Amino acid sequence: MRKKRRQTPVTSNTLKSRFDRRSFVLASVGGGIGTLLAVRMGYLSIAENEKYKTESESNRVNLTLIPPRRGWLLDRNGAPLASNRADFRVDIIPERTPDAEKTLDTLGELLGYEPQKIQDLKDSVEDARGFQPVEVGTGLTFDQFAAISVRLPDLPGVVPQRGFTRFYPTGPSVGHLIGYVGPASAEEYELDRNPLLITPGYKIGKDGLEKQFEQELRGVPGARRVEVTASGRIVRDLDTRRDVQGDPVKLTIDGPLQDYAARRIGLESGSVVVMDCLTGDLLCMASMPSFDPNSFSDGIGRVEYSMLREDERVPLRNKVLKGLYPPASTVKPMVGMSFLKEGIDPEETVFCGGGLRVGNRVFRCWNRRGHGHVNMAKGIYQSCDVYFYHLAQRTGMDPIAAMARRYGMGQEFPIPVTSQFYGTVPDPAWKQKKYDRPWAAFDTVNATIGQGYMLSNPLQLAVMATRLATSKVVMPRLVLNDKVPNFEDMGVSDEHKLAVRKAMSDVVNGPGTARRGQLPISDVLMAGKTGTAQVVSLTKSDGRSGPWKYRDHGLFIFFAPYDNPRYAGAVVIEHGGGSGAAYPIARDVMTFMFDPGKGMDALRRYESQWGGTAQQRLERKYARYAAEAGEDVLPQPTRDEEIFARVDAEARMVAEETVEETADAAINRSQNVDSTSAGTPR
Amino acid sequence: MNRIVPAPIARQPWAMLVPLLLLVAFGGAVLFSAAGGNFDAFAKGHLIRFSLFLLVAAIMVWFPRDLVKFMAYPVYGVVVLLLVAVEAVGAMGGGSQRWLELGFMRIQPSELMKPAIVLALAHFYSTLPGGMVQTWRALVPAGALIAVPMALVLLQPDLGTSLAIAFGGAVVMFLAGLPMRWFVGAGAAAAVAVPLLYFFGLKEYQQRRVTTFLDPESDPLGSGYHITQSKIAIGSGGVSGKGFNEGSQSHLNYLPEPHTDFVFATMAEEWGFLGGLFVLFAFGMILKWGLGVARRSNDRFAKLLAAGMVATIFFYVCINLMMVMGLAPVVGIPLPFMSHGGSSMMTNMICIGTLMMVNGWNRNQPKTGIY
Repeated sequence: MRKKRRQTPVTSNTLKSRFDRRSFVLASVGGGIGTLLAVRMGYLSIAENEKYKTESESNRVNLTLIPPRRGWLLDRNGAPLASNRADFRVDIIPERTPDAEKTLDTLGELLGYEPQKIQDLKDSVEDARGFQPVEVGTGLTFDQFAAISVRLPDLPGVVPQRGFTRFYPTGPSVGHLIGYVGPASAEEYELDRNPLLITPGYKIGKDGLEKQFEQELRGVPGARRVEVTASGRIVRDLDTRRDVQGDPVKLTIDGPLQDYAARRIGLESGSVVVMDCLTGDLLCMASMPSFDPNSFSDGIGRVEYSMLREDERVPLRNKVLKGLYPPASTVKPMVGMSFLKEGIDPEETVFCGGGLRVGNRVFRCWNRRGHGHVNMAKGIYQSCDVYFYHLAQRTGMDPIAAMARRYGMGQEFPIPVTSQFYGTVPDPAWKQKKYDRPWAAFDTVNATIGQGYMLSNPLQLAVMATRLATSKVVMPRLVLNDKVPNFEDMGVSDEHKLAVRKAMSDVVNGPGTARRGQLPISDVLMAGKTGTAQVVSLTKSDGRSGPWKYRDHGLFIFFAPYDNPRYAGAVVIEHGGGSGAAYPIARDVMTFMFDPGKGMDALRRYESQWGGTAQQRLERKYARYAAEAGEDVLPQPTRDEEIFARVDAEARMVAEETVEETADAAINRSQNVDSTSAGTPR
Repeated sequence: MNRIVPAPIARQPWAMLVPLLLLVAFGGAVLFSAAGGNFDAFAKGHLIRFSLFLLVAAIMVWFPRDLVKFMAYPVYGVVVLLLVAVEAVGAMGGGSQRWLELGFMRIQPSELMKPAIVLALAHFYSTLPGGMVQTWRALVPAGALIAVPMALVLLQPDLGTSLAIAFGGAVVMFLAGLPMRWFVGAGAAAAVAVPLLYFFGLKEYQQRRVTTFLDPESDPLGSGYHITQSKIAIGSGGVSGKGFNEGSQSHLNYLPEPHTDFVFATMAEEWGFLGGLFVLFAFGMILKWGLGVARRSNDRFAKLLAAGMVATIFFYVCINLMMVMGLAPVVGIPLPFMSHGGSSMMTNMICIGTLMMVNGWNRNQPKTGIY
């Protein structure tokens, strides 16, 4: 056969040498594989050592972030407007709990839970996996916390601990100003990929100053490093780094004044701004009705949120910055300033017969019977429209618009707020651009009495009042510092300044439109200017009665004392039915400023009629609303600890009483910070 | 021979025994650490079993060649019957299993098959006339001898062991002098068959092991977990390791099977690259000695038997180390002399005992010019 022919005969020696050759080959292959393994091992353990060391460490060590305590927001005297309340909570770690049923029964008994709630907890403990703790309760009272802590030896796997929740002592009074905190949303985490944001229990500023000062307030998280097994069981604690509390932010806000003003707005919807004339410090930026930032920060309920959203008085909008209103007659002193600048003699009189024909239309004065002969002072204190209609025809709109802007109208101020609506100061160029129509004489007429296209927010009105009082370009500021700013002079002659001041004082203290606005303090006179902004035409509503949303806005700008202005501000009451709704509030706020006792008495009288403080009313309103919606509302958790310096309006009173002998107001203010005495009803 | 040392002691194959004893002792230390510093858990049993099987090996040294040759087929037959019995018990019990419960011990017949197949093939080729080595008569009976146990073990299913059986058999056939082109052809056929086998022959969990071996990071918490954690353990050890009893990967349970299949990773984490080199070196010494025993023998049966045993140990070591270093899929093969477990210790000590036996035969054989 062909095959056999080719083959050499196989002998025992052939096989032996084959064995030797082939065993040598196999030994070489084996040695090669051995070398390969040695090289591979060297590669893993030497060349890639760093990488695998890191991976081994990240296996072994589990890092838990401890959320930092948020920095406090302080008022100008150092009292907290937003602080952190120690919060007692209890969690259970299912893996460490041998008999979860029994443990939860005991816990439920200690916490006074209903059987249904205990059953829910049992279910969630059963579903929980690994080392993830299950929340049993938050907001425990100290007694509950202590009761659980004492029984810990019998409750394996139960972890009672102290956390912190944000606390706003004056609740709704600071809601719009301060904002609130809440868990970071997915979008916020996209923007700031900080692992802290997704740490359970951590909350970031969501609105207002809380949002604006997020980075300052945040602080540095602490961390707990523990050694864990693959299944997540903690073997031992490696080390713990304490958190660093966020920096406090000290505001120019006067806490008690803020609270007073917010509460004094009462049942109305509106805002109060008070500024320091010397520094531009914003002492108060109250906007009501508001929400309670405490409930937002605890995670607001669906029902409570819909109550706020449905309210026609928009408690979710900060009216100080985002409410735009026709400034109405409050612009008149400023318009008067522009007349003076244009060289009009303040003693020049205009005859007011109750109206003025401009073109083919008659513009009525608010006083249909007319004011007779009107000079500038009377034009301001009697708020005579015809005087301004007439002289504005002579100067034209441009000088008035320029002066309005100089006094802060239409301006955006460099203060740390999330947004400001800055309104409109109309002039011919603006109208041409916006509506592509020429400016008409009646536009000037409307603008000089702060109607028509003119819109401003209450902050701008307060700035205008401050600049009228001081004749300096005072800039508002919200963050306190020790520097007394040096504001640019507006170039108004003393004569003109005093003339306008006097006229504004006469609005309140003389034959003016706000005589009920006199301060009940003998040596302090308040100056001001009323304004009543029409919302709909007179054919639809007379502005004082009828449906709420058709009533006129009431406005008032003021400063005091009139001869040496120290404080200035603005009050705007939405649909208040006229300026009569606004200036009594300004009067009481200023009274509180100079004599807290008298101010407080006035507020107490009102609050007894209204049915309690703003917070109490809000809570009752919510309970009512929720009952209608068919939901149970649990009572607010009681706050046992009175550990915070008080910033509610009563705190000022208490402070006053303790240092009655001392006349020095400066001491009163600093005392107030440390005052912790309770006893006054909240 | 050194005269100071008495002859019976000097006669012992110290070139193999020293590395073996060191390796087993080292294995005991690693197992002590793998149990979290507990001697009783793994290390004690490991050392006891080694001592027991060393005794067995010492007894095997006394077996005469003729007896071993005579027993070759009967032993093979008994082990095949045991494999059938495993299947039968498994079928009756309604599930697959790999061992037989014998009351006093549990035996894994598939393990016994590894030396048994080598024994049977060595006998087959030693009796095959030299002229037939090139013919089909050298291949077909041997192929059947390998195929029957392979099939039975694959049914269990135990891919690693069936490959070990095939490897031992193939090495004996290779060294028996079968034509080289057959092996080349078989290699080519395997290249075609492996993908087919992968898609149609393997169970899903076995397929997954192969895919994750190719890309362990694709599923770091699932099937790739074993390989990834093993590489982390080895890589984090560095040059000199984290220190005895300091391995976090094994102590905190990140490393799966730290005392059996992944004992090398446990060792490497605590002893580092140097420990790994020691283990490789010790195995190298043992295998080198074993191959030397085979080469020194003048007898074809003894040669093939010894070389087959070396191949069997080598297969264990090679596949296990490649697996823990991420060079081979996870097949569940322990590391000889270090992993905790009776079956592998038994198999490997039978191999060692056989090698010592052949070594003893060599001493009594007539000297030839070559050696």
